[in-house]
Amino acid sequence: MRLKGKAWKFGTDIDTDAIIPARYLNTFDPLELAGHCMEDADPSFSARVKPGDIIVAGKNFGCGSSREHAPIAIKAAGVSCVIAGTFARIFYRNSFNIGLPIFESPEAAAGISEGDEVEVDADTGLITNHTTGETYTAAPVPPFMQQIIAAGGLILYVAEKVKRNV
Amino acid sequence: MPMTLTEKILAAHAGRKRVEPGELINARVDLVLGNDVTAPMALQEFLKIGIEEVFDRNRIALVPDHFTPNKDIKSAEQAKILRQFAEKHDLPHYFEVGRMGIEHCLLPEQGLVGPGDLVIGADSHTCTYGALGAFSTGVGSTDLAAAMALGETWLKVPESLKFEFEGEPGPWVGGKDLILHTIGDIGVDGALYKAMEFAGPAIEGLSMDGRLTMCNMAIEAGGKNGIIAPDGITRDYVEGRCRRPYQFYESDAEAKYQKTYTYDVSRLEPQVAFPHLPENSRPLSGVGAIEIDQVVIGSCTNGRMEDLREAAKVLKGKKVHKNVRLIIFPGTQNIYLQALQEGLLGTFVEAGGAVSTPTCGPCLGGHMGILAAGERCLATTNRNFVGRMGHPESEVYLANPAVAAASAILGRIAGPGEVE
Repeated sequence: MRLKGKAWKFGTDIDTDAIIPARYLNTFDPLELAGHCMEDADPSFSARVKPGDIIVAGKNFGCGSSREHAPIAIKAAGVSCVIAGTFARIFYRNSFNIGLPIFESPEAAAGISEGDEVEVDADTGLITNHTTGETYTAAPVPPFMQQIIAAGGLILYVAEKVKRNV
Repeated sequence: MPMTLTEKILAAHAGRKRVEPGELINARVDLVLGNDVTAPMALQEFLKIGIEEVFDRNRIALVPDHFTPNKDIKSAEQAKILRQFAEKHDLPHYFEVGRMGIEHCLLPEQGLVGPGDLVIGADSHTCTYGALGAFSTGVGSTDLAAAMALGETWLKVPESLKFEFEGEPGPWVGGKDLILHTIGDIGVDGALYKAMEFAGPAIEGLSMDGRLTMCNMAIEAGGKNGIIAPDGITRDYVEGRCRRPYQFYESDAEAKYQKTYTYDVSRLEPQVAFPHLPENSRPLSGVGAIEIDQVVIGSCTNGRMEDLREAAKVLKGKKVHKNVRLIIFPGTQNIYLQALQEGLLGTFVEAGGAVSTPTCGPCLGGHMGILAAGERCLATTNRNFVGRMGHPESEVYLANPAVAAASAILGRIAGPGEVE
């Protein structure tokens, strides 16, 4: 799988309140959440983001609350993947569980600028910055997580498991 | 092979003799938790799994606490999803408004979590129960749905960090100050993916309420769980309260920690975390003159009896500053009732404070105390992110309940020593 789009650059410690403010958590409709994605970090984001675009941020992306609404809002906004220096652990888990590809690469997070054309080869973790010609590598996805992705997310993985046991 | 407290609990729940940091395990869960924000999504996912029943109706807790009493029609619809699911599956641990509490105050109080338990909850502050010597951690809605079906969850065994607190804390210094100081030292990702084990003489002398406050904020350093070895204080708390058998684990003397931090708390001042991260903590004497518009006392971090007693001690016979709105949120109905019987609520109301029914409300900018642009709040809550309590241009400072009470009286961030 290849993911390609324009980079939207954010800082370090981007918390889940910045990704989707709690005032919008009275719904879990993905499209409604997408309309407020990144609102408190960049109010114009949801109106300007294009399908395939990529969020690039520094360390500890997604820190704070356990709200799965955060990766759901990003995915529903059309973002193809998130590249960050590091991810907060609940956000990391939630992203895999709902099928939002995320890549940990401090080099890519530092090297990519706002507006760069970026391409990610999800199978190898190779990240290419077409604007600068630079390439970076992301940490490989643990085998256990690949099984969940292969099943189509955690719920389908569990559904398979339940079926086998019956 | 020696193990930490966290590793022992994980091994026991994975049916293993031992586990090592970095290993992925499938672990049995003793209790799973969801609330009115996270559970509706989980229940929708649960239906997709294709089974009719939850794994064990006695091991699921549903607490509508975030936007309750329902703040608008959409919130009412979300709460209704929980209520209907609880009815359909005959879940005994569904807690209705008027009989509920803020989830992380409520579950320990109700004896639903105990030492040695493995608990996951779709709320990041689920790490609170480590204070009882349990392994507990926050997950998202999908993980909650899977655990409701299977009664198990996958976990990566975390590396452990040890935090040794030496000395005796001075007056008005409590669990909140110890944890804010720790987060200030290691940063908001200083314990990313890791177990934070709190130990040492100052922890041994810390009340259960103070311990719950500390473990509650492990997530604010990125921690997977916070944990304290159970002792006599734990036993006093859980005896006659815990509804299931429990087990005390302790770390082996030779257990491996990735790093050990040592703090002398005898000279520690009350801490204040400045906007917009909990790591921006500094001693009260270094705060300067900061005027405030609102004070919030309560939440899953500081909404327990000891917290309310401390606040009341400072507020007794005093008046809230004319420019300040003081809002107090007891953590559970039982805490509310006890505070009423002890006369604490009278003290708050006489001082000019507003006392609310238990809710997460203002802590996450949900309702019941939202800030306008440019407004500043001192809160005993756990997060001071941009827009956390309302407008993105508002500010939240974090502190302990005594500092919050003193600040409400003086209209600026201040310590109880300044209130005569």
